Amino acid sequence: MQAFTKLTGIAAPLPKANVDTDQIIPARFLKSISRLGFGKNLFANFRFKEDGSENPDFVLNQEPYRRAEVLIAFENFGCGSSREHAPWALLDFGIRCVIAPDFADIFHNNCFKNGVLPVRLPKEVCAQLMEDAKLGANARITVDLEREVVVRPNGEEIPFKIDPLRRHLLLNGLDDIGQTMQHAPAIDSFEARQKAAQPWLYA
Amino acid sequence: MSAQKPRTLFDKIWDAHVVETLPDGTALLYIDLHLTHEVTTPQAFDGLRAAGRKVRRPDATLAVVDHNIATDDSRRTGIVDPESRLQVETLEKNVVEFGVPYIPLLDDRQGIVHVIGPELGRSLPGMTIVCGDSHTSTHGAMGALAFGIGTSEVEHVLATQTLLQKPAKNMRISVDGNLAFGCTGKDIILAIIGRIGTAGGTGHVIEYAGDAIRALDMAGRMTVCNMTIEGGARAGMVAPDQTTFDYIARTPNGPKGDALKRAIEWWSTLPSDPGAHFDTEIRIDAHAIAPQVTWGTNPEAVLPITGVVPNPADVADEAKRAQMQRMVDYMGLVPGQRLQDLKVDVVFIGSCTNSRIEDIRAAAAIAKGRRVADGVRAMVVPGSGLVKKAAEAEGLDRILKEAGFEWREAGCSMCLGMNPDKLTPGQRSASTSNRNFEGRQGPGGRTHLLSPAMAAAAAISGHLADVRDYQPKEAL
Repeated sequence: MQAFTKLTGIAAPLPKANVDTDQIIPARFLKSISRLGFGKNLFANFRFKEDGSENPDFVLNQEPYRRAEVLIAFENFGCGSSREHAPWALLDFGIRCVIAPDFADIFHNNCFKNGVLPVRLPKEVCAQLMEDAKLGANARITVDLEREVVVRPNGEEIPFKIDPLRRHLLLNGLDDIGQTMQHAPAIDSFEARQKAAQPWLYA
Repeated sequence: MSAQKPRTLFDKIWDAHVVETLPDGTALLYIDLHLTHEVTTPQAFDGLRAAGRKVRRPDATLAVVDHNIATDDSRRTGIVDPESRLQVETLEKNVVEFGVPYIPLLDDRQGIVHVIGPELGRSLPGMTIVCGDSHTSTHGAMGALAFGIGTSEVEHVLATQTLLQKPAKNMRISVDGNLAFGCTGKDIILAIIGRIGTAGGTGHVIEYAGDAIRALDMAGRMTVCNMTIEGGARAGMVAPDQTTFDYIARTPNGPKGDALKRAIEWWSTLPSDPGAHFDTEIRIDAHAIAPQVTWGTNPEAVLPITGVVPNPADVADEAKRAQMQRMVDYMGLVPGQRLQDLKVDVVFIGSCTNSRIEDIRAAAAIAKGRRVADGVRAMVVPGSGLVKKAAEAEGLDRILKEAGFEWREAGCSMCLGMNPDKLTPGQRSASTSNRNFEGRQGPGGRTHLLSPAMAAAAAISGHLADVRDYQPKEAL
């Protein structure tokens, strides 16, 4: 997994609540067996018209937001399906950070597994950052995970909090399977105890 | 040892599965059953292969294909869509390489992963159950802790049989009293989501309690738990009781004889203790619930069938007004319009929410001796091959086919628009599935969620309809 430390880039405003994972990547595009290549269909139902041409009204089809690395949205971002293809699509497009008032639980987990940073900030702060983002290329936003601050284009710093374990894994780009494997003896003894007490769970 | 403080059903299952607690409070949680399907696993098996890792407990893992397969006869001659075929072939290759038990497409037991787990007796009370699918919450109806995970977590469970998890908060939703005429588990859960909202359960596990939940059969409880995720909670649960035990005793792979007796002894200790602490408590009067139907593009946008399309102009908050306007426009509605006047093009009875034998019986009871309205395409998609066989043994397929419904093979079908069963732009559907998101059933499709009996009534009348006008009172 790619580490996330600090990012300064263009932010795209998406002033919507309940952006579900069917919007982020519609199910008809989930047929790949790779983690790559989903970016071209990110927000496909918004980005493209029925004839396949681009919808010029959608923010990610406008300059400079085609190069956005941060996305700012409203409440309950990532609700719906558990598909990890949603953070894969964001990442493949180039978006490394999503800022919203809150996130659906499974999407929130999935982001951390892929080097995408979900930042929770109050709704009024998100609204303010969207106004900043509307200034386009002149308004770069910095997201600093080390210091846990978002820096507005005017230099104002907004603090945020990330779970310490997740922050550690993300800062170092660590795969947590390797970490868990170190607990193998504890897993072995759990299984031995459970098998004695609940033998029907073991074939 | 001091007397233990009262615990919830969730607390008890959680405590019984903590392998270790890390210094920051994260638990390494043991997983008893891992269900897998073709869409969210290829990248996970790839990861195992790249790291030279094995599947730790193939016996606690089960694979099936459901999401992107056809539900007509074409499945017998091979999958037409090359990408879908590759995904299924990839799963078939992976289950052989990693030794994972697999139910192939043409096996009688094949079906939607959330239908077959309970049906085969693999999903049991007290278990931790995961799957790379948000509707894993369904299995909570068995009295299990069951939740959806992403593909990285699928890989983590395959390799270690555990997950790193923080404990959730406890919420209890009590549905008191008896359900009114014409109402089902689907109406209960839609009414609940209408009340708590799409993020109302975020961070929680919801235990459903109360007379109306106790009175539901297992299929009804599964419907309620299934849509828990649409209210933002990852898991929904119902405490196991005699209804649960009787159901398990009838399953082909559940424990039998002494093992079942011993299991029931443990399962009987699982219900929440009196005085257990719930962070959030909600009470709902079952009798006040009328047959429900969604009008908008998230499951919170729901009303009784007797309602009218709401008017965005009545909403004070600007962002909420804009969202409601977007829903009204997308759904092709006019504020003030009666929901019962909305003509439907397609009726879909199926999905992990409502494709069990009880659901098909409910639809057939309405369809019997009637005809699907002209111009309506109505399809019934059983949740599994076993459901299909059971329905055929009861003659339900004949009743439905005579009424003009399509009788199809098991799969996810028109729930999610990733297989050949899709809406075309602008088509309006009455659907027993779980999500009415924009484009969920196909780009531009317009979805109204409702119960199987309500869906059948819509098929017969050609528009959204009040099932109470179609249901013989003596049948209840």
